[in-house]
Amino acid sequence: MCGIVGLFLKDQSLAPQLGAMLTDMLITMTDRGPDSAGIAIYGSGEDGTVKLTVQSATPEADFATLANDLSAALQGAVAISVVDTHAVLDVPAAELDAARAVLAEIRPTVRVMSQGESLEIYKEVGLPRSVAERFALSSMTGTHGIGHTRMATESAVTTMGAHPFNTGSDQCLVHNGSLSNHNSLRRKLRREGVHIQTENDTEVGAAYLTWKMREGASLGQALEASLDDLDGFFTFVVGTKDGFGVVRDPIACKPAVMAETDQYVAFGSEYRALVNLPGIEEARVWEPEPATVYFWSHDSAPTTHEKAA
Amino acid sequence: MQVFDLEAEGLRALNSSLHGQAENTNQTHWEVVNPKGSHAIAVGLDAPIEVNVKGSTGYYCAGMNQQATVHVHGSVGPGAAENMMSGMVIVEGDASQYAGATGHGGTLVIKGNASSRCGISMKGIDIIVHGNIGHMSAFMAQSGNLVVCGDAGDALGDSLYEARLFVRGSVKSLGADCVEKEMRPEHIELLSELLIRGGCDAKPEEFKRYGSARGLYNFNIDNAY
Repeated sequence: MCGIVGLFLKDQSLAPQLGAMLTDMLITMTDRGPDSAGIAIYGSGEDGTVKLTVQSATPEADFATLANDLSAALQGAVAISVVDTHAVLDVPAAELDAARAVLAEIRPTVRVMSQGESLEIYKEVGLPRSVAERFALSSMTGTHGIGHTRMATESAVTTMGAHPFNTGSDQCLVHNGSLSNHNSLRRKLRREGVHIQTENDTEVGAAYLTWKMREGASLGQALEASLDDLDGFFTFVVGTKDGFGVVRDPIACKPAVMAETDQYVAFGSEYRALVNLPGIEEARVWEPEPATVYFWSHDSAPTTHEKAA
Repeated sequence: MQVFDLEAEGLRALNSSLHGQAENTNQTHWEVVNPKGSHAIAVGLDAPIEVNVKGSTGYYCAGMNQQATVHVHGSVGPGAAENMMSGMVIVEGDASQYAGATGHGGTLVIKGNASSRCGISMKGIDIIVHGNIGHMSAFMAQSGNLVVCGDAGDALGDSLYEARLFVRGSVKSLGADCVEKEMRPEHIELLSELLIRGGCDAKPEEFKRYGSARGLYNFNIDNAY
């Protein structure tokens, strides 16, 4: 199974409530995924810095002097804010690659959850309610966000197997379904030099999109290409710095409901996840079509593109 | 009329109250408020009662229905009226995938659109959809009638047996062994009655009929054991 929720705000006066609304939606989807939960949230970033969200199994030991250690090895200061097992590092943009290399050297067990100017990803094993409480998700502010509750099928229940997956800078992916050609695709992508950390099928989907975009495709083109190259069942929700997109495989077994008002666009695996949103009674509610890429952006008009058969 | 607040009293209490109604119950009108997308609302009813659900529901609303009328004043999630035996289910909004799947009898009316796999493996149910239906609808449909006032998606009626499909709008593609068939007077007569039952003002003459070409392996007697 698995549950997906997503919320894209058109009315930024709701931004301070984004975390609270997403948390409520996420907890409602516990029945669909009690193993692990995660959230990707797009908040404000500072010019000239990039956020690295990192995770550690021993956060007290790993994070205590991490900012100082990184600052000493890099040009410019690194700031840190620790949230339970995660920490957000604000790194000077020019030093990003160097920072990742130093991090891998001085803290080899610390895992990078996400990288981006505005994206932060928090995910852990456990019931969605407890994961949300650990990270105080309900107090987070942002312009849009995506959440996932996992019922594992293709790989172990671990932090790294939880969603969302960071695909490229400020990009993330959550998935409901199962990919059946992930082993062969993982081998192919690794030959192409794409870094894949786990045996998880969704990470391969995320890596596939990263690779396509590295080869010059837009996100929309990469999602369309995924309909040809990924075998299996999927409803994907992707996040980017300026918006979020939805695509379902042509069979479309995995459920999806969307709602739109003047204030927001919301996604839920089930309508239940949407019932407490403001103005839901008057919202336009519909089921996204199979094999069709939808995208909403803060920077441009929404698009819907049906892939030619 | 009995009013039941689903949020306050819970699903188990609702369904056991509805299951407890005898054939000749005097509590014939029920109203369910605050459904909030919950699953399995009014499943397994077997009494001549009317249940009005005031809002949208989740999975499997009004499944396995017998005798009862379930009227949803909202949209329904996947598997609405699945395996219905008799009675009537009316959906004012849209229906998600596999509405009316495997239904043996009764009538399902969807006033909005139905999603994929509507009427999959239907076995005698009548389904009347005012809007459109999605792909793979009436897959392996064995008996009964599917009426679509709008358009049908890909692979309509794939591997069909004896069910009759009536579509007023376009059909994106027909499934394996499904063909357009002649509308004879008896079909016009049948469709007129179905449209009246479904509350549609469409004219039967505007529809095309689709059915099985009976060309697949299982229709050839030489393949029987």
